[in-house]
Amino acid sequence: MKISAENVGHVAILARLQLSEEEKTLFSRQMGEILEYVEKLKQLDTESVLPMSHAVPLQNAFREDAISAPIGVEKALSNAPDRCGNFYRVPRVIE
Amino acid sequence: MASQKSGALMKFQPVIGLEVHVQLKTETKIFCGCPTSFGAEPNSQTCPVCMGMPGALPVLNKKVVEFAVKTGLATNCSISRHNLFARKNYFYPDLPKGYQISQFEEPICRMGWLDVVMNGNWKRIGITRIHMEEDAGKLVHGDLPGLENGSGVDLNRACTPLLEIVSEPDLRSADEAVAYLKKLHQIVTWIGISDGNMEEGSFRCDANVSVMPFGSEVFGTRAEIKNINSFKFVKQAIEYEIQRQIDLIEDGGQVFQETRLFDPNSGKTRSMRGKEDAHDYRYFPDPDLLPLFIDENWISEAVCSMPELPWKRKERFIDEMGLPEYDAEILTSSRSLADYFEESTACHNDCKMVSNWVMGEITRALNDTGLAIENCPVPPLQLAGLLKLIDSGVISLKIAKTVFDEMWASGKEPSVIVEEKGLLQLSDSSAIEAIVDEILEKEAGQVEEYRNGKEKLFGFFVGQVMKASRGKANPSMVNDLLARKLKG
Repeated sequence: MKISAENVGHVAILARLQLSEEEKTLFSRQMGEILEYVEKLKQLDTESVLPMSHAVPLQNAFREDAISAPIGVEKALSNAPDRCGNFYRVPRVIE
Repeated sequence: MASQKSGALMKFQPVIGLEVHVQLKTETKIFCGCPTSFGAEPNSQTCPVCMGMPGALPVLNKKVVEFAVKTGLATNCSISRHNLFARKNYFYPDLPKGYQISQFEEPICRMGWLDVVMNGNWKRIGITRIHMEEDAGKLVHGDLPGLENGSGVDLNRACTPLLEIVSEPDLRSADEAVAYLKKLHQIVTWIGISDGNMEEGSFRCDANVSVMPFGSEVFGTRAEIKNINSFKFVKQAIEYEIQRQIDLIEDGGQVFQETRLFDPNSGKTRSMRGKEDAHDYRYFPDPDLLPLFIDENWISEAVCSMPELPWKRKERFIDEMGLPEYDAEILTSSRSLADYFEESTACHNDCKMVSNWVMGEITRALNDTGLAIENCPVPPLQLAGLLKLIDSGVISLKIAKTVFDEMWASGKEPSVIVEEKGLLQLSDSSAIEAIVDEILEKEAGQVEEYRNGKEKLFGFFVGQVMKASRGKANPSMVNDLLARKLKG
């Protein structure tokens, strides 16, 4: 399976990554190889297997609508690189 | 200019579809146990799940599914048995995980509809889908010290449960869009899945608007107006956008598919730059959440738990209680009002009389005091008690209004007020006769005139007798006595 350098460029933009031209070429080859490897799965006969989204045959895990205590503002903000009062502070988002 | 514009509008057909986000009235968030109450200290209602910490696992709130199924049933949707949650991937500072958990290929409700009445005609508006998803956090810009050059992130709202309700592009005017929205708002509050508070963002709307030449079967390119949070703004935003697109096409330009923002101050929509390239969300099933299977039992339980819907109740008020359509429409505008009315009729079965009082005195007093019907200081049973006193002739209608005001202020039973204030209607015929005689004697001149043919003086005599009895004389007895005595 071929992944073009443009494909890599597009995915990089979506993932907020800055890649050099060399990296794009390198990654397009590497990603192609990975996909080729995964393609091998197609050789398996899955005629009698229903499509599935999850590997385990489980469904319907719920919680009841009951409050559990939040961890608190100080803990919530303890990893924040920057804060302002009880807000996380991030670079200005222009709308 | 104005005539030119309306001429242009006649050549074009607007096409509108709405996406409504409804915040669900659950105690906790959709995937964690943090509370959802509005207005808490920033970031005080958070935990590793809703902050998107690595390794934290979301678990689905069962109530969200129950509410979604109810909403689907109320909007004539079919309910999907197999459900999946999907990740919608994009970057924005209010989205801690870098993806929003939503539903994509298998939404919980599909192919529903609502009937909307406009100017006496009804129209069926299709509902494409309803899906469950989590809300993002809230961004605060520049209005706090320390945030002049940055933005603040509050994750209290992150992971709050939402339903997104997507209509078919069946709407053809701003007024139709508003009528549909009002209907939807009535339903979600009626079935109790949302508080519908638009100012707090519990019910907000995106509008997809396009125009095409009349008679065309191909829709024009649409613009999406984001996050409109009042019925008034929806009307303004859509009307502005329709005219903008028509002007653009008339001037030889073309409409671009883009996201636009409505500015309530200017009444205009404007382009949101830089969001166009973001529509590549790479949805895939969220491996953290198991599939959701809704079986027949669950659905039949939901059917049983559904309240009587507003249009059914309106029909019943008309057919079984004999109310005019006008009354039934107003009384079923909210479930609490309909409940109040119906509880009152359970204790006093003159339904039209109850309706008059609920739409009259009760509504007036609620408006004057800014109270909601849920907090009405006069409970249905007391209102019914008051109406009984009128019906059985204990007090007159006029006195009843005084008693009502006193009930409103003091919360006392009507019979207690009547007794305490000595407001009992005077129905003792000899006592009334005494007053009548007294008046006729005092107003001998007027009596003379009346007997000489000036019959409209009758009302004057009634007024004098009522005044002399301080409003307490039984009016029909006063009428009878006066008629008899004036004949001479």
